[in-house]
Amino acid sequence: MSEIKTEIVETDILVIGGGTGGPMAAIKAKEKNPGLKVVLMEKANVKRSGAVSMGMDGLNNAVIPGYATPEQYVKEITVANDGIVHQKAVMAYATGSYPMIQYLDSIGVKFEKDGSGEYNVRKVHHMGTYVLPMPEGHHVKKALYRQLRKHQVLVTNRYMATRLLNAPDGRIAGAMGVNTRTGEFLVVRAKSVILACGAAGRLGLPSSGYLFGTYENPANCGDGYAMAYHAGAGLANLECYQINPLIKDYNGPACAYVTGPFGGYTANNKGERFIECDYWSGQMMKEFYSELQSGNGPVFLNMTHLAEETISEIETILHSNERPSRGRFHENRGTNYREKMVEMHISEIGFCSGHSASGVWVDENARTTVDGLYAAGDMASVPHNYMLGAFVNGSIAGQDAADYCASTDLPAYDEADVAREQERVLAPTRRDDGLTPHEMEFKTRRLVNDYLQPPKVTAKYKIAQARFAEIREDLNALCVKDPHELMRALELQSILDCADMAAAASLYRTESRWGLYHWRVDHPATDNENWFCHTLLYKDEMGRMAHKKRAVDPYVVDIPEEEMGAYHQLRTPALAAE
Amino acid sequence: MPFANHPTSVPVTVDDEKCIAEKGCRVCIDVCPLDVLAINPASGKAHMKYDECWYCMPCEVDCPTGAVKVEIPYLLR
Repeated sequence: MSEIKTEIVETDILVIGGGTGGPMAAIKAKEKNPGLKVVLMEKANVKRSGAVSMGMDGLNNAVIPGYATPEQYVKEITVANDGIVHQKAVMAYATGSYPMIQYLDSIGVKFEKDGSGEYNVRKVHHMGTYVLPMPEGHHVKKALYRQLRKHQVLVTNRYMATRLLNAPDGRIAGAMGVNTRTGEFLVVRAKSVILACGAAGRLGLPSSGYLFGTYENPANCGDGYAMAYHAGAGLANLECYQINPLIKDYNGPACAYVTGPFGGYTANNKGERFIECDYWSGQMMKEFYSELQSGNGPVFLNMTHLAEETISEIETILHSNERPSRGRFHENRGTNYREKMVEMHISEIGFCSGHSASGVWVDENARTTVDGLYAAGDMASVPHNYMLGAFVNGSIAGQDAADYCASTDLPAYDEADVAREQERVLAPTRRDDGLTPHEMEFKTRRLVNDYLQPPKVTAKYKIAQARFAEIREDLNALCVKDPHELMRALELQSILDCADMAAAASLYRTESRWGLYHWRVDHPATDNENWFCHTLLYKDEMGRMAHKKRAVDPYVVDIPEEEMGAYHQLRTPALAAE
Repeated sequence: MPFANHPTSVPVTVDDEKCIAEKGCRVCIDVCPLDVLAINPASGKAHMKYDECWYCMPCEVDCPTGAVKVEIPYLLR
């Protein structure tokens, strides 16, 4: 590749990531101001990209009048996160939740309703009622795609964004991308950029050893986290890892959320319940971990006691939405929900605000700490956001970015930045031999498991940092044969950035918090005096990874002291007494 | 440094009899979130080129002729 083919495009808003929050951001920006030019850049194809590629089996956090109030929801999420939340952003989500459900309903996304046409909301959380099943939720992406066409959003499929562009004054100026089939470059100059690249779901190595057998769509490998970091944005609470209770080996959700309202529950090897609430919190994961370690494991999802019609209904929901190959997995092993409990396991680590709280810092307007740069969905810091949160915060980002564009010009960028980035991206294509992306990714992620998986031990974390630094040296030998492998080589570099960020953020917070997510063995107590705050990780002027504390803003919903511990009492009373 | 040739079974298979790639169909290749499917130059039909599968199934579900079958990768099965 002697001459680098580069196309330059100018737009008002660039959205990176065409999964869930990204398309919604693009649609809502165009609704707000149809005169704006909006480009949606997607590494795969927006028709089937992102975490909800095959739809979704339910809303986990619907705030619907008559079942829950925004105030109740904010309280629930504050308590589930040990108090470290930016409540204004959670409130912005909560108040936008019901209007978004109505909007999704209007564009053809189907939710479960009762005989009189009311939403059929069910209880899973510790306190409130927020779960709305979607037995026909497999059409989510189709409904979104129709709206993208209707609003004339310009879609570029198979372009992988590699780095953001900053203007000389630091504000955002666009992004660079490379075509994953041709290796051609695209420079998109934009007044505003919205990142919606999903979780960092390819960080730890699944215990099966299969690199792509992840919980998250493996395309969501942390590109967004890495790009935000290199553009100077702050990343919040990365030490609050995503760790999920999943079907062993399959590594997809066992869906206690879906089965819970029908009577399914998480059980130990004696078939006994050991947690009161299946809501995924750090404390719940710690109970899960303890049960696995105690000799009472493995842990199972039990549905064997349920009636035939109930099990049939559960099968219809779980085997046709979100992860439909699940039925095939169970069939191979002869697992029938009527007769056998489903073996579960603890997942490898990742970053994801959708399920925990590790994301690029955003305020209640989805703004990051870089002017003109927004983030939404799993990669933005609004905690426990799930799919509906991606839609609501994508919508907030799109509308705010539309306003921002009205008052700004297209910023200048430095062509030297583009040249430098092209050199970085293409370096592995210029070598005839060396290390493959596959082996470098395997090794990085295997080390993540060996040293970063909680419980977090300081001595192990320091070894991890030394080993990651060695792998960074090895990048000088990274070698690819075609543009597809080049995509994997770039993803590996995002994964390595995320691994370094996970280690550094965890060492910075010298206390334990969020149950298993941030269990520091050397600092076992929660230290509210020094650490009742967010942590922000960022790249300093010298290009080093740096940290600072950010105070928790005054709450908009007060939490009585006695309610703060609600998620600490998850163990069933009989077992807790043992 | 020479590279090893490391064969592995693939979870996605395509029935060449049913695949209509020669008519210009690229549905399975288009929808794969991981871009692991491609036209096999030898047969002119779609095949799994890279063993990087999330067993997510759009290729199978969206195929207009039912030619694509997704199995769980052996390591997980």
